[in-house]
Amino acid sequence: MAYLRSILRSGKNGVPAVLRREFHRTLPAAMQVTVRDAIKEAMDEELERDERVFLLGEEVALFEGAYKVTRGLWKKYGDKRIIDTPIAEIGFTGIAVGAAMAGLRPVVEYMSFNFSMQSVDHIINSAAKTYYMSGGLQPVSIVFRGPNGAAPGVAAQHAQCFAAWYGHVPGLKVVSPWSAEDAKGLLKSAIRDDNPVVFLENEIMYSVPFEMSEESQSKDFLIPIGKAKIERKGNHVTLVSHSHVVSRCMDAAAVLAKDGIECEVINLRTIRPMDMEAIETSVMKTKHLITVEGGWPQFGVGGEILARIMEGPGFGYLNAPAVRVTGVDIPMPYAKLLEENTLPQIKDIVFSVKKMLNV
Amino acid sequence: MQKMLTIISNVLRGSASRNGAELVSEGARVVVSARTYADFTPQATFDIKKCDLHKLEEGPPLQAVLTREEGLQYYRTMQTMRRMELKADQLYKQKIIRGFCHLYDGQEACAVGIEAGINLSDHLITAYRAHGYTLTRGGTVREIMAELTGRRGGIAKGKGGSMHMYTKHFYGGNGIVGAQVPLGAGVALACKYLGKNELCVCLYGDGAANQGQIFETYNMASLWKLPCIFICENNKYGMGTSVERAAASTDYYKRGDFIPGLRLDGMDVLCVREATKFAAEHCRSGKGPILMELQTYRYHGHSMSDPGVSYRTREEIQEVRSKSDPISMLKDRMLSNNMASVEELKEIDVEVRKEIEDAAQFATTDPEPPLDDLCNHIFYNDHPMEVRGINPWSKLKSVS
Repeated sequence: MAYLRSILRSGKNGVPAVLRREFHRTLPAAMQVTVRDAIKEAMDEELERDERVFLLGEEVALFEGAYKVTRGLWKKYGDKRIIDTPIAEIGFTGIAVGAAMAGLRPVVEYMSFNFSMQSVDHIINSAAKTYYMSGGLQPVSIVFRGPNGAAPGVAAQHAQCFAAWYGHVPGLKVVSPWSAEDAKGLLKSAIRDDNPVVFLENEIMYSVPFEMSEESQSKDFLIPIGKAKIERKGNHVTLVSHSHVVSRCMDAAAVLAKDGIECEVINLRTIRPMDMEAIETSVMKTKHLITVEGGWPQFGVGGEILARIMEGPGFGYLNAPAVRVTGVDIPMPYAKLLEENTLPQIKDIVFSVKKMLNV
Repeated sequence: MQKMLTIISNVLRGSASRNGAELVSEGARVVVSARTYADFTPQATFDIKKCDLHKLEEGPPLQAVLTREEGLQYYRTMQTMRRMELKADQLYKQKIIRGFCHLYDGQEACAVGIEAGINLSDHLITAYRAHGYTLTRGGTVREIMAELTGRRGGIAKGKGGSMHMYTKHFYGGNGIVGAQVPLGAGVALACKYLGKNELCVCLYGDGAANQGQIFETYNMASLWKLPCIFICENNKYGMGTSVERAAASTDYYKRGDFIPGLRLDGMDVLCVREATKFAAEHCRSGKGPILMELQTYRYHGHSMSDPGVSYRTREEIQEVRSKSDPISMLKDRMLSNNMASVEELKEIDVEVRKEIEDAAQFATTDPEPPLDDLCNHIFYNDHPMEVRGINPWSKLKSVS
């Protein structure tokens, strides 16, 4: 590996052109992978690793996934492991939970989490609560995944964020990845977890490429559920976010850096159990906290974080009341101008930071 | 000689129930056994009612063979179930059992007949009227009663209550009407996936039969040929609503449309057993799901908060009790065919009563679960975690 790298470093003249191009393709320690492909890789590896894992959902097999996330999997694993369901959410969710009770490890895909509202009884009453109600007799190893939250132009019934709804329920783990590494490592952990996990993807992020470290390309690469990641270090304000909105925070941080304001951006990665320790440690350093999310403000993820900060050691360190930046408290409109003004944009985050810091 | 043998056999039966047969001398035992077997018919064939068929060329046989052992076992189990439910009624009225309590008395032939038609290695799921099935699926009366009273010796450690009891290959005990049906089909999917020739019996009531998710399940179970026996226990009332007032079609055995169905007398344990065997054969041969409608009756109201007489008459309840009681029916069959004696059955009654008393005693004296169990069993196979308590300073511990 090192030898090959040194050849390349010695420049174009060191190696014949043809040879050079071949080495380039097989070499890179890090590589660009879209979130979509990272999710698929995670499922592919886990399907291969454990016979009991199987996928079901609408259009996951022949159609290769409504958003092409499962492309190639049916061809590789066949009808038994990749199952196309009729449009019957409550039915197939119940079937999946029953299969999990009997020892299989299903991964249920919702074409979007908006449709999971039909199945919510099974996710909560049949899956989340069962291990507790049975006094530890009946575990349920299952993953519910699919796109959550906003997507461009899909309007009110197809754009709701369910992080707060599912995050409310004891017995569920709720994960909301941002990057490709997040998606891969967390989905693998979710599938290997013996408990019900709600895995909230986002359509906007599917096509976004990220650099995946060499480590993350291993078949046993796992990211622990329940640990946040500091995507950007800073001293002046803590921005806590999840899913596609993390991108906005990173962009806003870049803009603010030009004015000498350094934001610490925390990517929550997991909604439940939430990594309060990471948030508190950051707040103790920056003394300013803004939560940023795409979901509705009332009873949202930000509301929970702020309440916990109040109740915990972080409160004493705050130099200003913590605030939330959220989606507007309305159903999602269709027209582009209206839609843009319904979700937090870079300018909204920048504005809120400057207002809090009084600059 | 006759009198002598009677005395010996009485003594032996008495001692046998106390401490097994060690006291019996070899010769005497042989003599008494020979007398016992010579006295009773070892097995008999009974005519059973024909089933109504839907999309089936032929149905279960019209005759059932019952051995003496089977008869005694069914009798004992049904009697245990009956007494257990009546004891629960008593404890509920004494406020020792709280919340919801849905009793099964009257429907015993269903649970016992179904179990007689499948294996313990098969799977079963039902709704909230589940105490009977918890018993047939391997739960003990003690654990069931202690769960009803919410004690640490309960089958779910006191955390589930009446509607959330589980044993091996028995998935409850489900509180949400109709939810158990797709769950059961999912268990059947796992049976097919794992290739162990097991099936799942998936029960629901006449009330649940109108749930949309059941029709979604019929579709997928049929499409994927899942080894699932759907069983509708039609006790004629969904809570306080009679079947005529709830369903446009009360032919529940036909509701599966493309799924073959049988309708039969759910008060006759032999009928239920033969139909279940027939259905199990259908599933195991890879033909996909099948539907059974058991016509049965519950003596109690929907639950303990329902006296059960505002929507039906006492006369109706009394009529079923006197003409179709499942335990009486079996008892009459056995006695009239000399398959057991009145004393023998009375003795079983006494033993059952004792078992129930012991269990009730346990259920009322066993302590409640310890407070530090409050937050346990949230997650399986996970590291210990902290759970927020009632106030921010209350940090509770949770282990798997």
